[in-house]
Amino acid sequence: MATENTRGLARLMLAPSVGLLLIWMIVPLAMTLWFSFQNYNLLNPGNVSWTGLFNYKFFYTDPAFFQSIWNTLLIVGGVLLITVVGGIAIALLLDQPMWGQGIVRIMIISPFFVMPPVAALVWKNMIMHPGYGVLADINRALGFQPIDWFAQFPLLSIVIIVAWQWLPFATLILLTALQSLDGEQKEAAEMDGAGFVSRFIYLTLPHLSRSITVVILIQTIFLLGVYAEILVTTNGGPGYASTNLPFLIYRTALLGYDVGGASAGGIIAVILANIVALFLMRAVGKNLDK
Amino acid sequence: MARAVSTRRTAVFTIAAWIVALIIFFPILYTIVTSFKSETEAIKGFNLIPSGTVESYAAVQAQSNYFKFFLNSVVISVGSTLLALALAIPAAWSMAFSPTRRTKDILMWMLSTKMMPAVAVLVPIYLIFRDTGLLDTRFGLTVMLTLINLPIVVWMLYTYFREIPGEILEAARMDGAGLLQEIVHVLTPMAVPGIASTLLLNIILAWNESFWTIRLTTTNAAPLTAFIASFSSPQGLFWAKLSAASTLAIAPILIMGWFSQKQLVRGLTFGAVK
Repeated sequence: MATENTRGLARLMLAPSVGLLLIWMIVPLAMTLWFSFQNYNLLNPGNVSWTGLFNYKFFYTDPAFFQSIWNTLLIVGGVLLITVVGGIAIALLLDQPMWGQGIVRIMIISPFFVMPPVAALVWKNMIMHPGYGVLADINRALGFQPIDWFAQFPLLSIVIIVAWQWLPFATLILLTALQSLDGEQKEAAEMDGAGFVSRFIYLTLPHLSRSITVVILIQTIFLLGVYAEILVTTNGGPGYASTNLPFLIYRTALLGYDVGGASAGGIIAVILANIVALFLMRAVGKNLDK
Repeated sequence: MARAVSTRRTAVFTIAAWIVALIIFFPILYTIVTSFKSETEAIKGFNLIPSGTVESYAAVQAQSNYFKFFLNSVVISVGSTLLALALAIPAAWSMAFSPTRRTKDILMWMLSTKMMPAVAVLVPIYLIFRDTGLLDTRFGLTVMLTLINLPIVVWMLYTYFREIPGEILEAARMDGAGLLQEIVHVLTPMAVPGIASTLLLNIILAWNESFWTIRLTTTNAAPLTAFIASFSSPQGLFWAKLSAASTLAIAPILIMGWFSQKQLVRGLTFGAVK
């Protein structure tokens, strides 16, 4: 049993982490909130004044705002669709007997360890480049015109790149869950004459549902913040075609020097992330009680 | 397995899996291959057999002092990881072995700090860094990465520590072990594997972090993420050089990643999937 003494010490050991995170959470966020009500431009720092909700109104009436929200959702939705469906399929495949499973696994998880700027630039220059990319080579070999991916399908190109980075994560987690499926149950279902499809729908999918939820929620948190991939490929363009909310905030803040406007955007991003976070915390919290 | 799996079935699955794996791995493979080509060779069309030259590696080092960025990446990722561990080990220890009724709330709250989008605090952090002279310093970036990864480190350590059976502690206490001895002689040896995998995963995350490392640095403290991002503006023939720089940037982490596959699932799902 913990004595009073150890209890005090325990609190002392916890204090630095809690204190730092408290500062980290409160100070910048409070500043963002404060700036969001200010007319504050870095080009004119002497002239800062209270503007109430003007920044929010400005951000809200900017046509780029709705496009960026829409693009944010398209990136999240598109990547989730590819990674969850692809992840389940690949996990099912990896769960089968095969030769060289270790190497196959290593190859499939590798993209997750590639830093975002490398992933994006490799796809942009080595794979999707209309002149020297591998896809262009394939197109030419088949007698088609090469596609200029980032000019014609900027958002789709980014979705493909980001999905490539996250597919291993989904696969790995779903495979881990799949391997914990009771073998006897599977065999019993097989004995009862359940085919692959009905086994998948009535046995595998329900078993995976929790992991799928976790994959969706965790990925959503990261996908809401996709930034480097856009920066090094399309830079948000053409126009605002591939600008998501983080990228719009970055443009407003560091390219437009508009502290107030960017802060209002930041608060909107926080609200968006919090909606997702609420669900995730509930899913993770349930696990703590076990 | 009750029944033997037929060889034919295994062969079919093997072929399918290898095709999928090779397609997914292809961009990395082709980058490595291209890094051993010359610039003119690199744009000659699809070719998987390079001439084997290392001139691109030499050129990257000579033109932009590649090693400096590499060193920055090492210092920042290892430094922030060690700092985060130093903060998190005591915290996770105390929550795992002296839980109070608020422990769960504290853990959930720590997790919630991870949900804050980085971009929401870009402006204040940028201004704070600018005004305190932390912009473009290794120290500033190390502190930054420590803060953003601290919740994951605490959580990972907590899930590992919680698996250390309490009876062992009781036994040690019966034998008259003090708190310090308890930590040094009983807990630490059992906790080392958990700490090691936390360390590995956190270095990977810090190495690849690509928002703050790009936005808060310019030249002096810029790590590989920022250096590679500078290739976004085309600069003549740079396919082979980009490949060489990319290969060096991902190689150490790729190898570490292969070793930490299992911990990855656990760490990134905050123990929700094991």
